Amino acid sequence: MSETVSAWQLIASGDATLFAIVRLSLAVSLSAVAIALVVGLPLGAMLALMRFPGRSAVVVVLNGFMGLPPVVVGLTVYLLLSRSGPLGELGLLFTPTAMVIAQALLVLPIIAALTRQTVEDLWLEYREELTAMGVGPAGQVATLLWDSRFSLVTALLAGFGRAAAEVGTVMIVGGNIDGFTRTMTTTIALETSKGNLPLAMGLGLILIFLILLINAAAWGVRLWSEQRAG
Amino acid sequence: MRAAASDLPLAFDDVSLTAGATTILDRVNLTIGPGAPTLILGPNGSGKTSLLRLCMGLAEPSTGAVSWGGRADAGPERRAILFQKPVMLRRSAAANVAYGLAQAGCPRGLRTRRTEELLDRVGLSALASRPARRLSGGEQQRLALARALGRQPEILLLDEPTASLDPAATRFVEEIILDAARSGTKIVMASHDLGQVRRLAGDVVFLVRGRLFEHAAASDFLDRPATPQAAAFVRGDLVL
Repeated sequence: MSETVSAWQLIASGDATLFAIVRLSLAVSLSAVAIALVVGLPLGAMLALMRFPGRSAVVVVLNGFMGLPPVVVGLTVYLLLSRSGPLGELGLLFTPTAMVIAQALLVLPIIAALTRQTVEDLWLEYREELTAMGVGPAGQVATLLWDSRFSLVTALLAGFGRAAAEVGTVMIVGGNIDGFTRTMTTTIALETSKGNLPLAMGLGLILIFLILLINAAAWGVRLWSEQRAG
Repeated sequence: MRAAASDLPLAFDDVSLTAGATTILDRVNLTIGPGAPTLILGPNGSGKTSLLRLCMGLAEPSTGAVSWGGRADAGPERRAILFQKPVMLRRSAAANVAYGLAQAGCPRGLRTRRTEELLDRVGLSALASRPARRLSGGEQQRLALARALGRQPEILLLDEPTASLDPAATRFVEEIILDAARSGTKIVMASHDLGQVRRLAGDVVFLVRGRLFEHAAASDFLDRPATPQAAAFVRGDLVL
């Protein structure tokens, strides 16, 4: 239990390195989720409304990509961004930006697939009424997204949980550079292998606490707004 | 914006509607013109709802053609429909009405006032900020009516709007409907209530199992039904 005690001491003492790591982790994961939301919400909603040949295949692939292995996404982004890769010119490899891109790709299928399911269920209910009101495709997407906003909070949380907890992509494209691309999860992996268990444990506790905190906040917002809007 | 052309007369030319092997409507010829409310009458499963959906343009006939003012491709701008179970958007009562107004092209600056007027007209002013889906069945029906009236439709299609209401609420809704009819909206309303025919109808369309048996002035239909099925229905016998 001595590791646990030391972990608490580390948190309580407000270690500067530790908080820099926490800050970077949150910034990367929240940015990735924000990007995935901007792309994934309309994408999922459009997929829910559109009928085209091969749609079922697209839905199956999208659902399957929810379980995309992080290391594979990391490797793909690594190849794209590496010096000799197609986007090597940008010099993004081993930067926080690369980590955001990789995590956004990881989270996008989760947001898009859950949005597709939620919006499609609501569309069954709304279809005739919106058609009768003469609502166009863009208006339909906007209306359905807005009216399923409470359910979509769950998609957002699933996406954030995935981003905050994963270590594979950020390790590969970020490189775990001390003070620059080192996140909570990569630090935990590194410190554990070095035998520095107090820091690993401290970070683990903070990570779990933050995920719970963000979930609780989202739940609270959902309850509060549901009271007001039904 | 609103097209200048009228959607009336609403005409069915030999319209059939089938779903798989089931015939829902069977070669219906019908012309609905302006004037007093037209009531679509018939037992359950006679095709009233399908007829209204075709009137709205929500369904395509399997054979035959529906036209509005002679046009087969008239958009929904000049029509509104009130479903038997209206869909409430997951918003406040007022926001539901405002949404309908926005879709009908009502300028943003006028929406708040128009919303208040419409809610007042259906007696829901006190519930304006209540989530629409928390309202009772009758309140939801009235809210949907306000939303439909907000479109200022030339034709208002109503699918048994009073089916689940008590007499007081029924009278209230019927007064709103008559009021709309007096101000020039053509009412086309499904019903299986003969009393409602007496109170509201100018003419009656009588359907049994997807076939049009009669289209007559309400007084003729009630006093001198031309077919045995209509006569039985007017007598209050069970028509199957």
